[in-house]
Amino acid sequence: MGQEINPQTNGFHHHLNGGGPPLPAADLPELLVLRPGLLYKVFEQEFLAKFNVLKAFESPLPLDKFLLAHAQSARAILCEAIVTRITADLLLQLPALELVVADGTGVNHIDLAACRRRGIAVANTGDVFSEDTADYGVGLLIAVLRRLSRADAFVRRGSWPVLGEFPLGLKLRGKRVGIVGLGNIGTKLAKRLEAFGCKVSYNSRTKKQSARYDFHPTVVDLALHSDILIICCSLTEKTRHLINDDVLNALGMSGILVNIGRGPIVDEKTLVSYLVEGKIAGAAMDVYENEPNVPSKLFGLDNVVLSPHRGAFTEEAFGDALKIVMGNLDAFFSNSPLLTPVSTNE
Amino acid sequence: MDAIGVLMMGPMNSYLEQELDKRFKLFRYWTQPNQTEFLAQHADSIRAMVGSSGAGASADLIDALPKLEIVSSFSVGLDKIDLDRCKEKGVRVTNTPDVLTDDVADLAIGLMLAVLRRICQCDKYVRSGAWKLGDFRLTTKFSGKRVGIIGLGRIGLAIAERAEAFDCPISYYRRSKKADTNYTYYGSVVELASNSDILVVACALTPETTHIVNREVLDALGPKGVLINIGRGPHVDEPELVSALVEGRLGGAGLDVFEKEPKVPEQLFGLENVVLLPHVASATEETRKVMADLVLGNLEAHFSSKALLTPVV
Repeated sequence: MGQEINPQTNGFHHHLNGGGPPLPAADLPELLVLRPGLLYKVFEQEFLAKFNVLKAFESPLPLDKFLLAHAQSARAILCEAIVTRITADLLLQLPALELVVADGTGVNHIDLAACRRRGIAVANTGDVFSEDTADYGVGLLIAVLRRLSRADAFVRRGSWPVLGEFPLGLKLRGKRVGIVGLGNIGTKLAKRLEAFGCKVSYNSRTKKQSARYDFHPTVVDLALHSDILIICCSLTEKTRHLINDDVLNALGMSGILVNIGRGPIVDEKTLVSYLVEGKIAGAAMDVYENEPNVPSKLFGLDNVVLSPHRGAFTEEAFGDALKIVMGNLDAFFSNSPLLTPVSTNE
Repeated sequence: MDAIGVLMMGPMNSYLEQELDKRFKLFRYWTQPNQTEFLAQHADSIRAMVGSSGAGASADLIDALPKLEIVSSFSVGLDKIDLDRCKEKGVRVTNTPDVLTDDVADLAIGLMLAVLRRICQCDKYVRSGAWKLGDFRLTTKFSGKRVGIIGLGRIGLAIAERAEAFDCPISYYRRSKKADTNYTYYGSVVELASNSDILVVACALTPETTHIVNREVLDALGPKGVLINIGRGPHVDEPELVSALVEGRLGGAGLDVFEKEPKVPEQLFGLENVVLLPHVASATEETRKVMADLVLGNLEAHFSSKALLTPVV
């Protein structure tokens, strides 16, 4: 039942190669790929047309031997985030490395300090996924308030003519929405929710001077003043288990939690027990502490919407991500400034 | 007022039912085993009717209730009420406008997101354990898609306002261009559909708008287009819609209403690109209470000879 990705159906062909016959691989700049992420899998042809891709994942050699034999002159690496960890140890095995390109927004799998020490630049995909993620946040929120997936299942199993009534949902206009993390995603989400008549406030690492929403100095304080809490921040050591029992208690029995950030930001065990015991009113989750494992206690709940980490995953976003990854690589190999560099200072 | 007979047409809301029972002599039409006999026995005591989107005051029923003074509909739609017959007989009619506009518009956008982003399928995917075997596919972006609205009344405008926050270009069809709006106007539904990625039905159901979404419109909307119906089932030629979806000539549909509710064409049940809802656009706790209070308020006003709150006729 897994969904195989078929690049042919994505409609992206070699338009990014600028025409002309492809150069032999040996003449192309080297690009190291330890493990192919979805972006690479979907657009492999595009990468092969422009780069001599060093495919560690296709080699029978164990990784350290592969790197020793083939990657000593590699200046750039394209890395996915699910399994790959760019550690100081890994960097030691790549003496020529000057650029790490993440295939997504998050960089918490990259040791930025180690990169800084080595003078290695890091690029991510900038803002290309934030619209779709904000859209998904709205979709998940309406889905949980209005019980969309339960209602759709109710119709499909033929219950409507038999049972008639379907349980009422909850109104969105006038609800107080607390956004945790007012970055690219949080800002777009806030703009969308205002159009539905929500009252938006937020907590972020720092108060945003330009934001017109009320700032709450702590997440507990935000939760106390919110009917709905939406997690949009990135995962860092400071945000791990940020959403804990104190926050959920503050959110209260009629509160709703939506997580479109990262699973470990929420104390999942606690959230599950709160949902099972009715200590909060509902939740919509796109991310989990140990994907793709999802606590089975959630499967029987009607006030929960579950999603398999698809907040950013649209055809359009991936097309934009490819453009920006290629743009960063082109810039690097032509000694121009990166399009979306990530600061390695902290 | 508990001697006043009120005929409730269906089990639309338990709070409303309880209050009607407290304040009036309530007759529950849907529980009568023999409706003809029931009318023969009780017609003369019935001075008010409470209808809904599911059942209302047909000409026949109005004629069978000689003492009927007011029809108070638990809906904004009036398609189940013979307004002409009410006017002829001096029967007042009220509905529940404005109070449900937000919930209906929210649901329209919710359906758009659910269809394009496959939210219901994703939920099923997790619950079935399929995620452990592989990721769900890439879906379609909503922001920036062209939204075409049939009908630019309260609900149509509320949908437009929300879609604008997603940078969706908005266009609409109406019998005539609306004066005070900057949205793009099209003089035909086919033209609107040709220029839209998402087509939403948000107009009232009348004989003129029945099957306003027909084969031609569906063809114009096309294999990447999505139809959202939060109006009434009969707005859409349902067999044409079903075959367009099954044959892949239409990209997807989000449907809250159907021609013969609660019957839904079973050929839709296996499709991934549709979301099917049991007519819940105004179905929130908050709104249904306000709607019920409006129905009660209109009845109380009428029987105390005060001005009706939301009269239509």
